[in-house]
Amino acid sequence: MHLERKQIAGWQRKDLLGLRDLTAEEIELILDTAVPMKDIMRREIKKVPTLRGRSVVNLFYEPSTRTRMSFELAAKYLSADSVNISVSTSSVVKGESLKDTARTIEAMGADVIVIRHSAAGAPKLLAQTVDCHVINAGDGFHEHPTQALLDMFTIREKKGRLKGLKVAIVGDIYHSRVARSNIWGLTKMGAEVRLAGPVTLMPPEVEKMGVKVFYQVEEALEGVDVVMALRIQRERLKEGRFPTWREYARLYGINARRLQKAKPDALVMHPGPVNQGIEITPDVAEGTQSVIQEQVTNGVAVRMALLYLLMGGGTTSEAVN
Amino acid sequence: MPLVEKARIMDAEKMRRTITRIAHEIVEKNKGTSNLALIGIRRRGVPLAERLAENIKKIEGVQLPIGILDITLYRDDLATSAHQPVVHQTNVPFPVTGKRIVLVDDVLYTGRTVRAALDAIIDLGRPAVIQLAVLVDRGHRELPIRADYVGKNVPTSRREIVSVLLKETDGQDKVIIEEFRDD
Repeated sequence: MHLERKQIAGWQRKDLLGLRDLTAEEIELILDTAVPMKDIMRREIKKVPTLRGRSVVNLFYEPSTRTRMSFELAAKYLSADSVNISVSTSSVVKGESLKDTARTIEAMGADVIVIRHSAAGAPKLLAQTVDCHVINAGDGFHEHPTQALLDMFTIREKKGRLKGLKVAIVGDIYHSRVARSNIWGLTKMGAEVRLAGPVTLMPPEVEKMGVKVFYQVEEALEGVDVVMALRIQRERLKEGRFPTWREYARLYGINARRLQKAKPDALVMHPGPVNQGIEITPDVAEGTQSVIQEQVTNGVAVRMALLYLLMGGGTTSEAVN
Repeated sequence: MPLVEKARIMDAEKMRRTITRIAHEIVEKNKGTSNLALIGIRRRGVPLAERLAENIKKIEGVQLPIGILDITLYRDDLATSAHQPVVHQTNVPFPVTGKRIVLVDDVLYTGRTVRAALDAIIDLGRPAVIQLAVLVDRGHRELPIRADYVGKNVPTSRREIVSVLLKETDGQDKVIIEEFRDD
């Protein structure tokens, strides 16, 4: 092999802050890169030396099991070192600002900071503050790009495409960063997105995002290829957004009867953790159409792809020989 | 700077005969095809491995298993390079442990690709033997690596580029030496 290379379009961004700004080609590159990454996870030795000597810091200001662990494993499978900062035991409790924390982490040599924060825009502020790469692992009600990417990867893997598919997202759209990222991503990739949920949990003028809105879940599920239920948080009940859990489950929960409205081979998805019996019944969540567990596996592959793309350099090239 | 063809090393006919010879050498050196498998390094090592397997089938009547290796994640220049190679799938559909593996590539140059390929194979298992077959050895090794089977040794300068073109990837079979010309 020699040093001559031909340039092809590739990943050019320092950070991954959301899917709103990405092009369809960039999303495709991430999904394509995740395919060989998933192969590595199936091996007996689940490790490649690609990012040896690089470090990833997981800075989570909100609780998380699967996303944080997923990033941690993704880094480890690529031989990068990863460190988790638990905010409750860090200097944040002493009043250290986000910028100060970020500068401290960068000063210690971090190559990537993965941030989850309850404030929308926190990852962007961080990205403007530090020179190292920043990945948004969920910010407020804004975006959760890596969750949407793993959802799209799962759909594409099962259905062979995204273009032309009908995807119904059901539940608390208003407070859902997962829904927002999925709307940006799926519509860019040519899928038809339908939203269904109580009127109190639907953002105003959401149709402007290029989606169809339904308040009757059965109508939304008619002939869809994918049913994505969203997690309902307990705070929403306290806020009075719906009267009781039971009523929500009765009107919007995905059950076997409702699922029959979708295509017979429709996928059932959920970002987790699932409130069984509320947004989705146990028989559906664990049924043959459910890909909820695979979403978790694919989450690691997609995050491996992102770490590789972000730390792999500025332009994409392919060796001539 | 334009890239100009300086010399033609192989045409389609010469390439065909060279691959046939390497196929015979592989069978002879391994005393048959028992436990033998071919692994092509992406990109052009893959069609070359397929052609070798085709020739060995004609000689011995045995279809050897073929694997595809993508060495991108094993490269040693990812941390320092501004380039970012596209990752493709590795597909080795047989257990490598205990196998006699012939690694196939188009050009042997610094040896760094082969070093990465050796790491990638060893991560999949423990082969009994790994041998290396290349269509062209152009010299300038940076690591203690040599090929067991060489189509043609071509002395080159570092300024020159050896381009292997194959029907499967480029629509024609030929090997040429090119050079950037300061016009």
